[in-house]
Amino acid sequence: MDVFANLAMGFGIAFSPFTLMLAVVGCFLGTIIGALPGLGPSNGVAILIPITFTLGLDATSALVLMTSVYYGAMYGGRISSILLNIPGDEPALMTTLDGYPMAKAGRAGDALVLSGVASFVGALLATMGLMFLAPLLSRIAYQFGPAEYFALYLLAFCTLGGIASNNQAKAAIASCIGLGIAMIGLDNQSGMPRLTFGHLHLMDGVDFLVAIVGLFAVAEVFFFIESHGKDTSIGVKLEKVTIPWRDIFATRWTMLRSTVIGFIAGVLPGAGASLGSFLAYMSEKTIAGEKGGFGTGVAKGVAAPEAGNNAAAGGALVPMLTLGVPGSGTTAVLLALLMTLNITPGPTLFTDRPEVVWGLIASLLIANFVLLLMNVPLVKIFVRVLQVPPWVLLPGVTMISFVGIFSLSGSYFDLLLMVGFGVLGYVLRKLDVPTVPIILGILLGNHMEDSLRRAMVLSGGDWTYLFSSAIAIGLWIAAVAGFVAPMFLRKVLKKPQRVTD
Amino acid sequence: MISDRIFGLVTVIVALAYGVSATSIQTSFLADPVGPHLFPYLIAGVMVLSGLIVMLRPDPDPEWPPMRSVGALAVAVVVLVGYAYALRPMGFLIPTALAAGILSYQISPRVVPAAVTGVSLSVGLFLLFKYALGLGLFAVPRDWLG
Repeated sequence: MDVFANLAMGFGIAFSPFTLMLAVVGCFLGTIIGALPGLGPSNGVAILIPITFTLGLDATSALVLMTSVYYGAMYGGRISSILLNIPGDEPALMTTLDGYPMAKAGRAGDALVLSGVASFVGALLATMGLMFLAPLLSRIAYQFGPAEYFALYLLAFCTLGGIASNNQAKAAIASCIGLGIAMIGLDNQSGMPRLTFGHLHLMDGVDFLVAIVGLFAVAEVFFFIESHGKDTSIGVKLEKVTIPWRDIFATRWTMLRSTVIGFIAGVLPGAGASLGSFLAYMSEKTIAGEKGGFGTGVAKGVAAPEAGNNAAAGGALVPMLTLGVPGSGTTAVLLALLMTLNITPGPTLFTDRPEVVWGLIASLLIANFVLLLMNVPLVKIFVRVLQVPPWVLLPGVTMISFVGIFSLSGSYFDLLLMVGFGVLGYVLRKLDVPTVPIILGILLGNHMEDSLRRAMVLSGGDWTYLFSSAIAIGLWIAAVAGFVAPMFLRKVLKKPQRVTD
Repeated sequence: MISDRIFGLVTVIVALAYGVSATSIQTSFLADPVGPHLFPYLIAGVMVLSGLIVMLRPDPDPEWPPMRSVGALAVAVVVLVGYAYALRPMGFLIPTALAAGILSYQISPRVVPAAVTGVSLSVGLFLLFKYALGLGLFAVPRDWLG
């Protein structure tokens, strides 16, 4: 099998001391980022990208560092869910449902260890799934022409808008804001400036990093100012940490089932980790029935969402690497990283830059073991991190964001733009308008337009060309279904809200 | 209700303005069948449609913060804008200490911890960025160094 030959090459890259160190640093930072409420994986990775970029790391190293942060954040999110009843990031919301009650019953240590092991199982199996599925998918992706890519981009916007948000019209508006911003700057095909209003700073277009950091990190600061940091309830004390072997053994099938569900949810473009943990929890709850006692602090309720969430995080890398279409907000940020590093994701990535892909996969496998070690025996360190008060954390995040963006371009204009995006992000989130489609729009806008225009050049302006292949038609149908179906399913599958004491 | 109606209206206006400014995009001699106008028009069209839908079928109003919090947010925005302008001419340390201190005070209104946070974040981050990560930052205005 060439998978194993490739993997051996990947391990050759990943086992260099420097790469290993980056993976460990990334895992550590990521777990902290995930654990801190108000600093989820998306904004954590976002504020680190400009800094990574200025450090001048090569592509593989930067990618290893940031994906370790990404995986680490997915592990770390559970810590504050369990101890504080505040999800450290959005996918960890489901973990509060059983994790917090379990911690209140004096079993905080057990809950942390069990969820750590579940995260490990989910992430490890999903990374293996990525290893086998991604090369297969990249072979199919070779048959994609501009018409198929246009439909695929549309599918990503539709599923993201349909599944991950509460109101389709608002998600569509968000996508349009992003796409509209992407149009600013020089036109790729003709080289003429578009929508710059004669403003010199806008000739290069709007840097997606500015938008990402503004919408995610700066907007978060505004939310904390509004609430005066009141959202930090007093948590549960963590006493002794022992390994609950019986619980781990009893939840083995739950973990495996949740991993499969989470991985599939992650692979779907636009669905992502939140959906993965949600579906995993709900299906386990259904299997267990009334007697399962879900919601009262049972082991299965802790293991299922964490396995699902981490499996989805691995699954989301599949469409991101093979097709260049991210499956979630954080993978959108990772896509931004790839673009900053001048790597074009897509089927050619696997043939042209195998060292990047396989080095990354090998590092992820290593990162998982590092994370298991950090999150089970050393979990107490991260619990201490939770005691950083928001009035130190949030100003710190702001200053890091400013310095990061400032070091990219050295222009005050980008900083002003970032503050503007922060305000926009605050207002939009207040109005329940999702901000991830904006990011996706800015990232994919030019590619989407290019594929449409190239398709029209190929066909000489014949619109039916967009529906000329089976793959394209399938993608169009999936796009429409992904956008429309959730309207009817929303009544059945209600998003669970946070438990309150 | 009313929030969404206003939001929908603003969206429609912005989308129309966007569509109108797209008409002034110049085409070059390198023509393709679609041209540089169509995609912006499509975006504006979808946006107008969605804006109208939000106007006609609004969600319940979100909980807007009381006037005092809105004032605090406005102050925060002014501070950040000022910080953006000050970062280059004033060096890193002073603007960062001030901005971080004010933000900290706004999240938790106690003077001494906020001041300590501002100063220590400023110094700590400077050391981190300058010496650990090697970014080219200036501590104080360049004139001061002679």
